[in-house]
Amino acid sequence: MEISYYPGCTLKTKAINFETSALALLEKLDVKAIELKDWNCCGVMFSQSQDNLMKQLAPIRTLIRAKESGRDRLLTLCSMCYNTLKRSALFIQENEDKRDKINDFMDLEETEYFGNEIEVVNILTLLDEIDKDKLKASIVKDAKDLKVATYYGCLLTRPKEVAIDNVEDPQIMENLLEAAGCKPVYFPFKTECCASFQVVSRKDIARERTRKIVDSARKNGAEMILLACPLCEYNLDKLQKELHEEDSTFETLPVLYVTQLLAILAGVDPEINDYSKHYIDPRPVLERKGLL
Amino acid sequence: MAISLNKEKLRTQECEKLQEVSGTNVYSCYQCGNCTAGCPCVDAMDIPPHEVIRLAQFGQIEKILDSNTMWICASCVTCSVRCPRSVDISGVMEALRQIALQNGNEDVTKLGELSSEELEELPQIAVISNFRKLTS
Amino acid sequence: MKKIGVFLCHCGINISATVDIEKAMEALKDYPGVAHIEDYKYMCSDPGQQLIKKKIKDLGLDGVVVCACSPTLHENTFRLTVKAAGMNEYKMEMANIREQCSWVHKDKTVATEKAIKIIKSVIEKARLDEALDPIEVDITRKAMVIGAGVAGIQTALNIANSGYEVILVEREPSIGGKMAQLSETFPTLDCSQCILTPKMVEVSNHPKIKLMTYSEVVDVSGFVGNFKVKVKRKATGLDWDVCNGCGLCTEKCPKKLPSEFDQGLGERKAIYRPFPQAVPNRVVIDFENCTYMQSGKCGICQKVCPVKAIDFDKEDKFVEEEVGAIICATGFETYSVKDIPEFGGGKLPDVVDGLTFERILSASGPTGGEVRRPSDGKVPKDIVFLECVCSRDPEHYLPYCSKVCCMYTVKHAMLYKHRVHDGQPYVFYMDMRTGGKGYEEFYQRAAEEDKVVFIRGKVSKLYQDDDKIVVCGVDTLSNETIEIRADMVVLATAIVPSKGIRELTKLLKIQIDQHGFLSEAHPKLRPVESLTAGVYLAGCAQSPRDIPDTVSQASGAASMVCTLFANEKLKHEPIIVGVNEDICSGCGICTVVCPYDARKTNLEKKLVEVNEVLCEGCGACAAACPSGAAQQNNYTDNQINAMIKAILGKGG
Repeated sequence: MEISYYPGCTLKTKAINFETSALALLEKLDVKAIELKDWNCCGVMFSQSQDNLMKQLAPIRTLIRAKESGRDRLLTLCSMCYNTLKRSALFIQENEDKRDKINDFMDLEETEYFGNEIEVVNILTLLDEIDKDKLKASIVKDAKDLKVATYYGCLLTRPKEVAIDNVEDPQIMENLLEAAGCKPVYFPFKTECCASFQVVSRKDIARERTRKIVDSARKNGAEMILLACPLCEYNLDKLQKELHEEDSTFETLPVLYVTQLLAILAGVDPEINDYSKHYIDPRPVLERKGLL
Repeated sequence: MAISLNKEKLRTQECEKLQEVSGTNVYSCYQCGNCTAGCPCVDAMDIPPHEVIRLAQFGQIEKILDSNTMWICASCVTCSVRCPRSVDISGVMEALRQIALQNGNEDVTKLGELSSEELEELPQIAVISNFRKLTS
Repeated sequence: MKKIGVFLCHCGINISATVDIEKAMEALKDYPGVAHIEDYKYMCSDPGQQLIKKKIKDLGLDGVVVCACSPTLHENTFRLTVKAAGMNEYKMEMANIREQCSWVHKDKTVATEKAIKIIKSVIEKARLDEALDPIEVDITRKAMVIGAGVAGIQTALNIANSGYEVILVEREPSIGGKMAQLSETFPTLDCSQCILTPKMVEVSNHPKIKLMTYSEVVDVSGFVGNFKVKVKRKATGLDWDVCNGCGLCTEKCPKKLPSEFDQGLGERKAIYRPFPQAVPNRVVIDFENCTYMQSGKCGICQKVCPVKAIDFDKEDKFVEEEVGAIICATGFETYSVKDIPEFGGGKLPDVVDGLTFERILSASGPTGGEVRRPSDGKVPKDIVFLECVCSRDPEHYLPYCSKVCCMYTVKHAMLYKHRVHDGQPYVFYMDMRTGGKGYEEFYQRAAEEDKVVFIRGKVSKLYQDDDKIVVCGVDTLSNETIEIRADMVVLATAIVPSKGIRELTKLLKIQIDQHGFLSEAHPKLRPVESLTAGVYLAGCAQSPRDIPDTVSQASGAASMVCTLFANEKLKHEPIIVGVNEDICSGCGICTVVCPYDARKTNLEKKLVEVNEVLCEGCGACAAACPSGAAQQNNYTDNQINAMIKAILGKGG
């Protein structure tokens, strides 16, 4: 299977581990992700305003690139990109006059975008589509019932128009990880917000959110937190480290992209991960389970 | 101080604009407070989300704009998805930010105030989304 | 030529403000057939009716057109008026110039023109109207009540005590319904079973009531006064005529299962009686879970039965009953906790629904009335009650108010406090709706005497943390978020119609609303009738309601049935479609389109025959008939053509 792939800005830098692991995992699963040519930043956060159309240009231009690729599905790894692209597409689908205006702004583009030509697909949805038997067959390492907390954050399940699963109780990650031999734990904070971009201006809020989320995961027995959003990853990983530095009794949990773990279980060399990117080193846990 | 109400004050242009920009009808709200109950950032807000909507129903947009609420909101959309009356509270917050910035409100985040270490360390998506939401 | 009187009603200003009555009269006075024309402010008033009567007598009118409101409102009034003046009532026609004209237009000129056209067309119809007589039908003075909760029980008792026979059908093994599961009832706190069981016993001993429990209606045909109902009597695995209800079998049966009556908290056996006071006092075998039925091994019940009643017969039996009236009282269910993911999706054992908490409070329940939580049997010390769970939530669940939750939640909190003196109940509510005798006082008492903490706001989510349930809510009165680490949470989930109601209403040919509740004939003036004559409604099947309202409505439905049965004969509208035997070729097209099975082809005679009583006069056959043999009384093709011509301006 071939699918267009839109990395977005962070996947080439801070979240490089997400990209390398996801692409390696997809290769094992016979999915060829072909990076879009000439892509630009999607704008990161969907503009919820009805009359600020300039902010829709970046995501729509990305969808134009996807349309020009000739493939009708566009894979995103970053949940922020997913949310923005998907909502922008919906927005212009539902507002024809605004759609026309947006296309008019971009009159130098050779292609127009109407709203439903491209299906934006998140990596979790793509993995979920793969036959579970095939996925199981690709798993070569025993996870030894590794207890994992699956963290969805906000943008994969909200708003419900773009949710990849049930808004309140998504199960996609759990199903994948169970098929791969892990034990997802009860995790009531799995769709609670980590405070997102407020980490820049109100780190105090983001820290408290991190504390609550990690406490819940640890309390329910998780050995690591798995997620699919570079911003959540940064917040939960970095701020845990800060919390621990401030108060050494605060016990940390490593945070990994779900694809990092799945790739290792599928036999990808664990060393493709750049462990220096982690604030809480996941290697001790991986080692304990014999996964390194 | 008492909010003095009369029919002119109730239906202000500002409130109409708020509804237009957010694409939501604030009069659908019956004040159950679910938005506030589920808000991850409410502790830091001057006015909780349900009260923002209540004040909007009273046309008191100025009073809302005087608060920090929309600058604390992280756009997690939990309020909007749980609202039993399909009020897009998260969209109202976005509209408030836009109105405040258009009114000349100072940027909440200032690029100059971020250290180069911070800028180096923060993922791009954190910085860009913060700027997108909190600056003009 | 016929002498037709035309009477125009002003309806106060409802009509005359938009239709120029004078101009209309001027335009109509010389219309062919019009012998007299007159207007009056309120034609339906007594003087208005007298005026019509007088003109019929004085002028010898043989047709009347009343130009006023919709016939659904006053057709009967004016039929009686003309009949009193000696005219055949089917020669009275109504021209609707209110709902179909004055109310929907603003421009007086246009409205007046339209009114004139409407009236002209009705005059055309009246000119060809023939005298008709109502068709008389016999009545079977026996009623069937479907559903034997408190609504069905009350209806059955009222009808039976009026001297008529009643068949009471219930799909569960026992009568009693949801009320039998309740602990104590608001606002008087009398024990639910204590006040219900006397009625249940009265039903079982009543000579006029035939009980059919563990039975379901599977087919209904016929019409008011003469229904034929097929009832499936589900196989019980034993002979109920022989069984004496001693219960030895249930004692000895080794197979334990969760009890439906105790909402899954208590146990029952594979051969069981749902609860000790069951009526009838009989047991049934749960075939799906009975070891003997599954593997052929066991059979202990058969061995111990002292009267040899158990035969493991799996064959359902079907019986046909003839009844004159049917009352649908199929009750309610509560929205399943399993379908509410934000409140644990049924995976948290100490988050239960209101009905489950009733069983926990009930003296006959699985904990003997002690408040103990399901997970570990501990007595909860902090207990949270949530109202409006799935109710009043058009975005995710149901838009309507379930009406009883406010009161039963107050009751739950109060009863909890009566049992656990050192415990603390909290109630999250949005609006406290306490309309009802003694209800507001009851609510006040809960706050003042029992120190129930009422918190005005919703709960956004709850989750398990150690052995606590963390409840994340808000108090919109203090504008504070509230977090309670509770031992147990009770959800007042929405009231929804019971399963199977859609299938049943199809059989009964009655309507339901978009949520599946039964539709009444008129929301204010005919609240216990369906739109199908002879089928009545009672209880929560119609909409959520409490016990006093249910019992009142049940008695109302019973009284409607008794009123029906008090008629010597039923009168059926003669506006039916017959067959002109000279023209009919017996093609049978009309039999296919008839929704009432009123038309049958007689192959021998090559003719279609009509059961006049079944015909509701919908006219589908008349429209479908290729030869014109099917003509509707007083709606013949000729009449309709004349009306169309008049409307198009070429009449007369």
